[in-house]
Amino acid sequence: MAEPTLLPISIEGVSFVAGGRRVLDGVAALIATPGITAIIGANGAGKSVLLRLIDGLIAPHAGAIRFGGRDSATVRRGFVFQTTALLRASVARNVALALAPLALARAERARRVDTALFRVGLASRAQDSARRLSGGERQRLGLARAWVIEPELLLLDEPTASLDPGATEEVERLVRAMADAGAKVIIVSHNLAQVARLAEDVLVLSRGRVVEHGSVQQVLRHPADAETRAYLQGELPWMPHAAGS
Amino acid sequence: MFATFADAVILLGSLDPAVIATAWLSLRVSLAAVGVGCLIAIPLGALIGVARFPGRQAAIVVLNALMGLPAVVVGLLVYLTFSRSGPLGFLGLLFTPGVMIVAQTVLITPLIAALTRQIVEDADAEFGEQLRSLRLRPLQRVGALIFNVRFSLVVAVLAAFGRAIAEVGAVLVVGGNIAGFTRTMTTAISLETQKGDLPLALALGIALMAIVLLVNAFAAGIREFAARRHG
Repeated sequence: MAEPTLLPISIEGVSFVAGGRRVLDGVAALIATPGITAIIGANGAGKSVLLRLIDGLIAPHAGAIRFGGRDSATVRRGFVFQTTALLRASVARNVALALAPLALARAERARRVDTALFRVGLASRAQDSARRLSGGERQRLGLARAWVIEPELLLLDEPTASLDPGATEEVERLVRAMADAGAKVIIVSHNLAQVARLAEDVLVLSRGRVVEHGSVQQVLRHPADAETRAYLQGELPWMPHAAGS
Repeated sequence: MFATFADAVILLGSLDPAVIATAWLSLRVSLAAVGVGCLIAIPLGALIGVARFPGRQAAIVVLNALMGLPAVVVGLLVYLTFSRSGPLGFLGLLFTPGVMIVAQTVLITPLIAALTRQIVEDADAEFGEQLRSLRLRPLQRVGALIFNVRFSLVVAVLAAFGRAIAEVGAVLVVGGNIAGFTRTMTTAISLETQKGDLPLALALGIALMAIVLLVNAFAAGIREFAARRHG
C-alpha cells in the first residue's frame, strides 16, 4: 500500500531561541502545494533555522511541524547544505554513507549508488577522491547523497550560493528533476532569479516571522507585505523607512 | 666523548645480538601497547568528543590531566595489581613482557583518547550536522567521524608510540629489567650508564632514536600515500 502524502506540511506556531535571541517567533504556514517551495528573507530572518526544524535536525522550543497525517519519523528526508561536507573517501563511498542507516544488501546498495551518481552526472567519477571535486560537482554529490535515499522531502539550504552560473544551472536542473520525480522540495535561497525559475510558491520570513506566503508570481511581482517589498527592492529591513515605504 | 661515540657506532655496526634482542623487545612491547591503547582510546575519545552528558567537561579535564600521568606511578599501580597479593596476581604476569604491555597501555591510553577527543570534536563541529541529517545512528556517526579524521589520528598514535617506547619508569618497575627477557632499550640505557658502559648506552640510544625515526617515517609514508589518494 502506498504511503499517504506528507502534504500539507503544517508549521504551527513554531518558535526557536538561540543564544537568548528568539530566532523564530511563532512561525505558522501551511505548505500544501507539491513541487518546489522557496523560503526567502534577509540574513538572520531565520530561514536556515526553519529548514533545520523541518528536517528535524533541531527541535522547536514551541509549536510543531506536521506532515499530512504522517508520523514525522517516517518521512524520508534529504538535506543539501550550502557546502557539502565530504568524507576523505571516494565519491561512491560518500554517496553510500547515506544508505548506512538502511539495512540494504550490498548489491542493492551498489545499484542505488550507481543510479544516483548517474542521475547527477558523476558516474565516471565514482572511484575518484571526493575531495578533488569542484564546487559544482560537490553540490551534485550532495544531491546524489540526498537522491540515493529516494527522499519524499528534499531540503536545500542555499545550495548554489558559491557556484558559478553553469554549475548553478546544473544544480537547478537536478532539483527540478527531483521535484518532477515526486519529491517535495523546500529551498532557501537569496537568489530571486533562481526562486522565480524554480519555485511554485514562496514563503517570506522577516525577523523570525512569516510575513507573506503565496505563489511565486504573486510574491515576487505583487508583494502584499511592506517588508517583502522592502526585501525585494534590496532595502534594509531593519531601517525604519523600509517597512513603511 | 668522540671515542665513546666511535665505540657506539662500532657496536651498532657489529649488530650485537643483545642490542638487537633488546631493540626487538622494546619495539614489540610498545607496538602492542599502542595497538591495544588504540582499540580502547579511539572509540572512547570519539564518544566523549561527540556525546553530550552531565559531567562531560569534568571528564575532559580528567582525561587531559591523565596525559601527564607519571610513568613510575603507572608502574607502581600496575605492580600492585599484578603482584602476588594483588587482584590479578593469580595471572603470574609480573616481570614478563605481558605486564609491560599492560603498563604502557595504561600510560598511553589517556594520551590517545584525549587527542582523539579533540580531533573528533573539531570534525563533529564541521561535519556532524550533515551526518545527523543523513539519519546515521550515533555509533555510525562516530565511526564516520573516526574514518574521516584517520590521517589526523596518526599523529595521536605516533605521540603515544613515542611516549611508550621512550619511557623507563613503568617498564622498570613491572618488568624488573631482566636481561634477555624484560630488558628494553630505555632500561638498558639507564643500567649501562650507571655501570659506566657508555659506548653500549650510547649505541642503544642511537638505535632507539633510529627506531622512532623509522616508525615515524613509515607512518608519514602511509599517511602521504593515503592523503594523496583520498585528498
